[in-house]
Amino acid sequence: MQANYGYRDGSGEYYITIDTDKCDSCGKCVEACPSKILVMVSDPFDPMSDADIPIVIEAERKKIKYTCGPCKPVDKEREEPCIKACEPRAITHSW
Amino acid sequence: MATEDSEYWRWKEYNWKDPEMDWKDAEFITAGVDVGSVSSQAVITLDSKLFAYSNMRTGSNSPDSARNAMNWALEDTGLDLEKIQYVVGTGYGRVNVPFADRAITEIACHGRGANYMYGPTVRTVLDMGGQDCKAIRTDEKGKVTAFLMNDKCAAGTGRGMEVFADLLGIHIEKVGEESFKVEKEPPAVSSTCVVFAKSEATGLLRAGWPKNKVLAAYCSAMAHRVVTLLERLGVEKEFAITGGIAKNSGVVKRIEKELGLTALDVNLDTQIAGALGGALFAEALAKKAQKQG
Amino acid sequence: MYVAGIDMGAKFVKVVILDDGEIKGKGMAPTGFDLDEAANSAFNSALENAGIQKDDLKHITSTGAGKKEVDFRNTEVTEVGAAAKGAISLFPGSRTIIEVGAEEGRALRSDENGRVLDFVINEKCAAGAGAFTEAMARALEIPVTEMGALSLKSAKETPMNAQCAVFAESEVVSLVHSKTSKEDIARAIHDAIASRISSMVRRLSIEKDVTLIGGLAKNIGFVESLKRDLNMDINVPDDPDFVGALGAALVARKKAKEG
Ligand code: SF4
Ligand code: SF4
Repeated sequence: MQANYGYRDGSGEYYITIDTDKCDSCGKCVEACPSKILVMVSDPFDPMSDADIPIVIEAERKKIKYTCGPCKPVDKEREEPCIKACEPRAITHSW
Repeated sequence: MATEDSEYWRWKEYNWKDPEMDWKDAEFITAGVDVGSVSSQAVITLDSKLFAYSNMRTGSNSPDSARNAMNWALEDTGLDLEKIQYVVGTGYGRVNVPFADRAITEIACHGRGANYMYGPTVRTVLDMGGQDCKAIRTDEKGKVTAFLMNDKCAAGTGRGMEVFADLLGIHIEKVGEESFKVEKEPPAVSSTCVVFAKSEATGLLRAGWPKNKVLAAYCSAMAHRVVTLLERLGVEKEFAITGGIAKNSGVVKRIEKELGLTALDVNLDTQIAGALGGALFAEALAKKAQKQG
Repeated sequence: MYVAGIDMGAKFVKVVILDDGEIKGKGMAPTGFDLDEAANSAFNSALENAGIQKDDLKHITSTGAGKKEVDFRNTEVTEVGAAAKGAISLFPGSRTIIEVGAEEGRALRSDENGRVLDFVINEKCAAGAGAFTEAMARALEIPVTEMGALSLKSAKETPMNAQCAVFAESEVVSLVHSKTSKEDIARAIHDAIASRISSMVRRLSIEKDVTLIGGLAKNIGFVESLKRDLNMDINVPDDPDFVGALGAALVARKKAKEG
């Protein structure tokens, strides 16, 4: 499943995409995120499955542009910790 | 907050039941309750078949809204809550459904509900609600393969449309037909942001545009915005539109035109997709629980 | 030698006339829906204020969202360029400059000559710009000019969940219904926008001094919230909304000298 968390508003498109088919449930992204906006939970999008997947917590989905801002400095080379921590490369950002 | 005291945006509230069905013949009686930010629905299914439902405006308190919707769906069915074996709560207020056995995300429920309503060939479901917009791709079983949501920004939601209907003094249910009463389709309103689009519209009215033309320009802007959102997900046939905006032909027809696809049609109230999916999951979960003893 | 800078903002047109680096006249007019009319009206009031004729001007530089709409411009400069030049001329120590106008928020880093090093723009979402406080003031039913002073009376943090001006309006209305005081709500509104602006600024490596310009800088409640959020002192000029026009005028002066 391609799970897209975030939004599009008048200023642009901000989505964190987690490909749960690639995710191996290791939880490293959750540990890596300095703002603690990722959590591991039993797949909320498939009630018949018991697999654990990382999700962006609900309260943060409306402001990831701001919360993730410090991980995306304009004046330095960027490497978002969540993306870097994920070995199977299951996480991408739209901005 | 002009919308607070105007009635422009109110949808009709109602309930329905299938007179041909009798719950006494059913093995599994389950229900789904979708407490949305604007409207709430309750659906009762008998052995995976739609039996009864209600659709009403959400009140200020989620548990009460859930109870009211459920009671209304039960009305005249001869059923009472006790006889329902499993209840799933979904929607924005899903954790506040006091009598639910489990809460399931609206994304999962919508995928499942649309699969029932439109049949297993449906692959992309666009749900436009009062305060959010979501797009879901599902497989032939109604399992979610991709989703995307937008509940941050009022543009592209029912709320954005309400603001416009209110500004123009056009009844929300008339928005569709009114928006087609133009000689030529005007260019879309250029601002995405509802706040800025509103000042743009005020400018257009001042420049002498008739209301219908401004409305048409906003409907196109909204359609375009939804299509851009859908592009992130990829649209696969068959395609369906659910939620409150599905009743607004002014937006729906323009989305279809931009996508070059016709949305599937169905003879059911599309606003119940989430609650219906909830009721179907409720049955699957009841069966699972039974098996596990 | 007279030169002029004209800032075609989303809400107001501002004009500054310089005579050898010194401000000689200012003019302002609401942008409205006729940009030509607005530009001329602001421009004429600045000429009158300076007591000169249009022909006395050697060079006119435009900036702002509608900078290309000014027929009588000689050159134009970007908004960030004008902000940097203007802010540095007022506070030479400025290295980080934040500008919040009606429709856009911007932050930039500048060197001591007003050369822009990096910038971030938060555009066209009312939740991240001055239009936010205006919409909220309407929902609170108090004049936007009173919002700042009102919020300073509150010592309480009230969280606001909505990240959209439209949804935030309903949230403000329900806060009013739940008997939250207008002071606390005003503070919550300024805290909310300040937190969005400061997260935008944090994408830059913030270097001191920090200078805040643009129309929202006139709102003391917002300035306080922003200081608190960034945890540092901020320079605010007297006429923060004219800094863009001033920057454009400084560019005009340079161009005029270069011939
Ligand atoms: S970009 Fe940073 S804050 Fe955002 S999810 Fe990744 S690690 Fe967390
Ligand atoms: S762009 Fe406008 S409508 Fe969208 S979130 Fe921002 S303020 Fe709200």
